[in-house]
Amino acid sequence: MKIRSQIGMVLNLDKCIGCHTCSITCKNVWTSREGVEYAWFNNVETKPGIGYPKEWENQDKWNGGWERKSNGDIQPRIGGKYRVLASIFANPDMPEIDDYYEPFDFDYQHLHTAPIVEHQPTARPRSVISGKRMEKIEWGPNWEEILGTEFAKRSKDKNFDNMQKEMYGEFENTFMMYLPRLCEHCLNPACVASCPSGAIYKREEDGIVLIDQEKCRGWRMCISGCPYKKIYYNWKSGKSEKCIFCYPRIEAGQPTVCSETCVGRIRYLGVLLYDADKIKEVASTANETDLYEKQLEVFLDPSDPAVIAQARKDGIADSVIESAQKSPVYKMAMDWKLALPLHPEYRTLPMVWYIPALSPIQSAVEGGTLGKAGVIPDVRSLRIPVKYLANLLTAGDEEPVIRALERLLAMRAYKRAENVEGVEDLEVLQQAGLTKKQADEMYRYLAIANYEDRYVIPSGHREMNVPEAYGEKSGCGFTFGNGCSDGQNGVNMFGGKKISRRNVIKTVQVGD
Amino acid sequence: MSNLNFLLFGIYPFIAITVFFVGCWIRYDREPYSWKADSSQLMEQKGFWLASNLFHIGVIFILAGHFVGLLTPESIYHHFISSPNKQLLAMVSGGFFGVVCLVGLVMLIKRRLNNARVKANTRRSDMVVLYMLLVQVSLGLLTVVVSMGHLDGSVMVLLGTWTQSIATLQGAQAAAAIESVNIIYKLHILVGLTLIMIFPFTRLVHVISVPVKYLARNYQIVRQR
Repeated sequence: MKIRSQIGMVLNLDKCIGCHTCSITCKNVWTSREGVEYAWFNNVETKPGIGYPKEWENQDKWNGGWERKSNGDIQPRIGGKYRVLASIFANPDMPEIDDYYEPFDFDYQHLHTAPIVEHQPTARPRSVISGKRMEKIEWGPNWEEILGTEFAKRSKDKNFDNMQKEMYGEFENTFMMYLPRLCEHCLNPACVASCPSGAIYKREEDGIVLIDQEKCRGWRMCISGCPYKKIYYNWKSGKSEKCIFCYPRIEAGQPTVCSETCVGRIRYLGVLLYDADKIKEVASTANETDLYEKQLEVFLDPSDPAVIAQARKDGIADSVIESAQKSPVYKMAMDWKLALPLHPEYRTLPMVWYIPALSPIQSAVEGGTLGKAGVIPDVRSLRIPVKYLANLLTAGDEEPVIRALERLLAMRAYKRAENVEGVEDLEVLQQAGLTKKQADEMYRYLAIANYEDRYVIPSGHREMNVPEAYGEKSGCGFTFGNGCSDGQNGVNMFGGKKISRRNVIKTVQVGD
Repeated sequence: MSNLNFLLFGIYPFIAITVFFVGCWIRYDREPYSWKADSSQLMEQKGFWLASNLFHIGVIFILAGHFVGLLTPESIYHHFISSPNKQLLAMVSGGFFGVVCLVGLVMLIKRRLNNARVKANTRRSDMVVLYMLLVQVSLGLLTVVVSMGHLDGSVMVLLGTWTQSIATLQGAQAAAAIESVNIIYKLHILVGLTLIMIFPFTRLVHVISVPVKYLARNYQIVRQR
């Protein structure tokens, strides 16, 4: 067993109002630069829809993620290593800018400088890549907002697989939900596996997946490898970029920008301890529908003394173990089984999980009677089809989705009975397999959602990663040109000592 | 004339090669962020797959042919092939891959000039490289035509001697060997040397970064910072 720690995220879709604050704050901080105008490290999609980039979930088209070979081994779906190198000159599985959208701006200045004319002046769009006039904007980062575009187009959504989707095109049966998306910081990332340069890596201490910008050569294979299409090619720098999970903030014990600014308080960040030796075995699970349950086996109970002992042995700091014990992500994914991974069938073992959304009860409106399974309303009669959620979150297996939805409903029914009717309705909890303590905690985390409950992030232990912590003092900040880079080699080719590291002088102790 | 010949073929090669090595070293070490293939595939994919593959496959075979053909000493290759036959092989294979490369190159240049997005994201050095390659490949194909006039392999031996003399740091001997060959060969060599010299300052640097290490490494990479 080799224990590593990861900062995971849970998004409670039941509370997402689709305000896009996460996307905008993320954009303002990380991707407002030339070359990545089209890139959204975080975006919010209205589902059902084909999303951004177009049809990203259709791996028959994009070949993202992993595939299991007949011998039980897994390899990136874009192909084995020789195949990846063979397609280096022209990547056959890469989206074009139009699959995202051509980034644009408007000629606002024209509103100031237009001469007096009969018609009101307008600010017309212009491509920020070519600078040319765009007569009509055909697509954007959120073109399907609140079920925009016709159903025929939206229904290409891969999550409609194995469903009779036609009926959901009818006005009476229509449904929608929001899906905020960011890099999944997978345990078994396909982007890392498909990078020919070896520039992408997972950090041992917090699991954040990063691209080494100095090592990236722009071979573009990661863009195809990632099934979530969350790696973007910066057309100006010629390098790939991705969500960095706001690692400077995480290291300081602060939540990511998207989490911090979430007005619906739907995001949770917490530590998960996992067994790194099990990753390959779990990712190679034969049956796609078992992948969700198998991924749970990777996570370790942070309160188990054996796990704690091993974690210490593997160099995990006590503060990280303590945070893991209080982790909201562990509670939601493991204790309550509310949070589910996004498309586990990609075999990447994603680490940003989702609590499925409840929705209005449809059959009650139709038949005048409410379908009930015991005391809880039957979740199969919810407006959002369970099958749709299952295709999104559990590779089509409906049971985990039903369990999560029932628990959400049971918690509500229990709290309603307690607060409105003044009675303690334990029967409803029993049916959903919850204890009173669990339901109260769920209420605290999901409904109250205090800041300190949502974000339990240990500050980074940089001092443990360097040979001499004092050597790092005042190393970089005010720089002498070339950023904080000392060059690729250990030797400074122009002579002199490294500017970013202090030379720690050996002191002679009294008595030596 | 002889002085100019010595300057161009006895001294210039060393300048070009020195600039190549020092330039690459400095750029790789000090400006690693600028070291990249600089693909424009994101901007426009129509016809790109064919054009890029034709060009790259052509150029790789041509380069490999030049390396093996020019740097293998006569005393070694004579055990396998005679000089006239080697020349014929070079003409046929070089001619074929030269045409493959040329077709791809012309398609790429056309794409770069005609697509507004690609064009807007093109630097001057990209165009310089493309046009120089166009000239170089055309000159290379012309040498095939010129070679038809002397199929005995004698000129090829002279060119081999020049290359091997440069490789063994004998400038005077190199310049003497090349003096009598057709101007087309000389131009081909000069443009080639210039390409080597500007190499570190253009996107050509991605050639050095052929990711062969990928074949040997594990799929997953975990770093401890």
